[in-house]
Amino acid sequence: MRPVLIRGGRVIDPSQKMDATLDVLLHGSTVAEFGERLDSPEGAEVVDAAGLVVCPGLIDVHVHLREPGQEHKETIASGARAAAAGGFTAVVAMPNTDPPIDNPASVGFVLAEGLRAGAARVYPSGAITVGQKGEQLTEVGELVDAGAVTVTDDGRPVMNAGIMRMALEYAQTFDLAVSVHCEDLALSRGGSMNEGLVATRLGLTGNPNASEDVMIARDLLLAELTGGRLHIQHVATRRGVEMIREAKARGVRVTAEASPHHFTLTDAAVESYRTDAKMNPPLRSEADRDAVVEGVRDGTLDVIATDHAPHHYDEKEQAFEDAPNGIIGLETSLGLALTELVAKGVIDLPTLVERMSCAPARAMALPGGTLRPGSPADVTVFHPDAEWTVDPARFLSMSRNTPFRGWKLRGRPVRTVVGGKTVWEGAAG
Amino acid sequence: MMAHPAGPYLGKDLLGLEELSAEQITAILDTAEPFKEISERPIKKTPVLRGKTIVNAFFENSTRTRISFEFAEKRLSADTVNFSATGSSVSKGETLVDTARNLEAMRIDMVVIRHGASGAARFLAERIASNVVNAGDGRHEHPTQALLDILTLRDHFGRVDGLKVCIVGDVLHSRVARSNIWGLRKLGAEVGVCGPATLLPRDVGEMGVTVFRRIEEAVEWSDALNILRLQLERMKSGFIPSLREYNRVFGVTSARLEKAPRDVLILHPGPMNRGVEIDSDVADGPHSVILQQVTNGVAIRMAVLYLLAGGAPERAEAAKGGGVS
Repeated sequence: MRPVLIRGGRVIDPSQKMDATLDVLLHGSTVAEFGERLDSPEGAEVVDAAGLVVCPGLIDVHVHLREPGQEHKETIASGARAAAAGGFTAVVAMPNTDPPIDNPASVGFVLAEGLRAGAARVYPSGAITVGQKGEQLTEVGELVDAGAVTVTDDGRPVMNAGIMRMALEYAQTFDLAVSVHCEDLALSRGGSMNEGLVATRLGLTGNPNASEDVMIARDLLLAELTGGRLHIQHVATRRGVEMIREAKARGVRVTAEASPHHFTLTDAAVESYRTDAKMNPPLRSEADRDAVVEGVRDGTLDVIATDHAPHHYDEKEQAFEDAPNGIIGLETSLGLALTELVAKGVIDLPTLVERMSCAPARAMALPGGTLRPGSPADVTVFHPDAEWTVDPARFLSMSRNTPFRGWKLRGRPVRTVVGGKTVWEGAAG
Repeated sequence: MMAHPAGPYLGKDLLGLEELSAEQITAILDTAEPFKEISERPIKKTPVLRGKTIVNAFFENSTRTRISFEFAEKRLSADTVNFSATGSSVSKGETLVDTARNLEAMRIDMVVIRHGASGAARFLAERIASNVVNAGDGRHEHPTQALLDILTLRDHFGRVDGLKVCIVGDVLHSRVARSNIWGLRKLGAEVGVCGPATLLPRDVGEMGVTVFRRIEEAVEWSDALNILRLQLERMKSGFIPSLREYNRVFGVTSARLEKAPRDVLILHPGPMNRGVEIDSDVADGPHSVILQQVTNGVAIRMAVLYLLAGGAPERAEAAKGGGVS
């Protein structure tokens, strides 16, 4: 493999507190060195990064790649390519496939398909309970040996607190984060959007904040009780953010996600029954969105993750309550974060890289999230403020279910390098 | 797609009262007035919609609304086809969008849709060129029901502005309640809602209504009560402990009405559960206008169909003798 010299970019690597105009040299599959003016080795590919940001590869710890079982929505290969096109060098695939990833062979399948795709790295996650039924723990050790980086029942929350306690205890053997979708199903009552005035007007069953908050509270208490590592997915409520902030201050081992749609939109986006604004947890109030933004700013929500959830257009082309939950996010995540957070002055670029690369790597104990010499040559090069218009027809994802169609965003990925190899390259402008 | 007229008064569709102006609502009520007379004739037919094809697409069971629409259509001389979910392509797994496209392909003029999903009428309206009339979508709106309720109130009081109307019962699951709230508020009425908190939607007060916890307070406040049907399955899902208790705490009884400072007009969109939300002596009593609501329903639906077909309120009287001009 040819060495790659990325020249003259603004290199931002919070893991080394680095933010300077530098050259970065990738040799083989690792970062070799950086410096002010590196010599180009014999045969090296030289990438001009003037005016661009060069950072450790972005990592999305929450994506649904739908394979096996729902290949009409997305495959591991298409999802890995969409990730690369979104500037991500690695993703963590959720296990709620059909069948669910609850055994070592299935974990191995996801890993192998991910490697075969040759795009972003695909890390499998395993189910917490067999069949994601919330009853019996999976063979977590076997899943880890096969390559699972976390366990989660994702969209099917473990309702039995005793089982969740044991999961948090048991996973400690492997120093594994237990990743949770916080929802009390008895409180959400199948609600298809946020409970509030918009739901009342539209006549849709509401899913109250309390459904999410009750479970966040429960899981934080269980993490505190057990000392286990808890990762809370897609936090959407004000109280949720507050409780996580308090728990962190008490020393509870918890990391938490903010998804781009939750820091950008409110339940007003559901008006006219837009199924592309239907996801779980739902878009909530302005106060909730503001709290999520503040959580990202102060690091309570340390990780930005998309909850990329592809669905075929037939499935979203239904009455609102019949349409499935979820929107895609891989190819808009960086643009939304740059537009909604950086351009608006909520966070600076180093903090963005921290939330989208370093913190995700730490949360799931993944390689990457740093450009230290010797670390994997996973690098994202992005333009920090180039304007572009979201056109789902150009997505590499197989699905088009995004509420951001037609949005004008500032900033976009330019090049995605995984293991020293450029797996995606876009227009530099 | 064939171009269908967007009537100057209502636009292409009638999906709900939220999006209508007070003027539009009044226009429908005014248009209904001359149409009332047709139903009183020996020959209850006028050629207003002759040659128009209307499909009544009922994806949810309904007896009175479907029959009311059908009478309205037939008395206006439209050609009608009824379509119900059971025994249709829907039960074979056809999607709503395919059903819509198939109806469209048959070159129909109007669709009257009743569907269990909130937003279904809008979904259809956005995808076909025909006029769409919402005959009830999930818990969202049931505009013609609210229009006939308001017409009945106007008949009785001679006005809507300034009336105090309380909607009683399962507001949470009620499309009738939502349409009434919009319609009454736009015409200047004060609206109350009363029911167990389990059956009141979140933030309903922000829709500009007064919330009453006790039926006694609602009775004291109101000029009219619109009493919603309590779906019997609400008990199974735990919203109320029992029908017996519901009647004891929220039932509209003559004993409660006797304490009111004035005569309170009684409306009910039906079908009634006698002895649950309303006692028989109230339903059959002197202040009940429940059957007038049913009569007005046909006139309201005739007015809506006429206006959507491009008719004008001021020509409704003349139109009774001929087609839409």
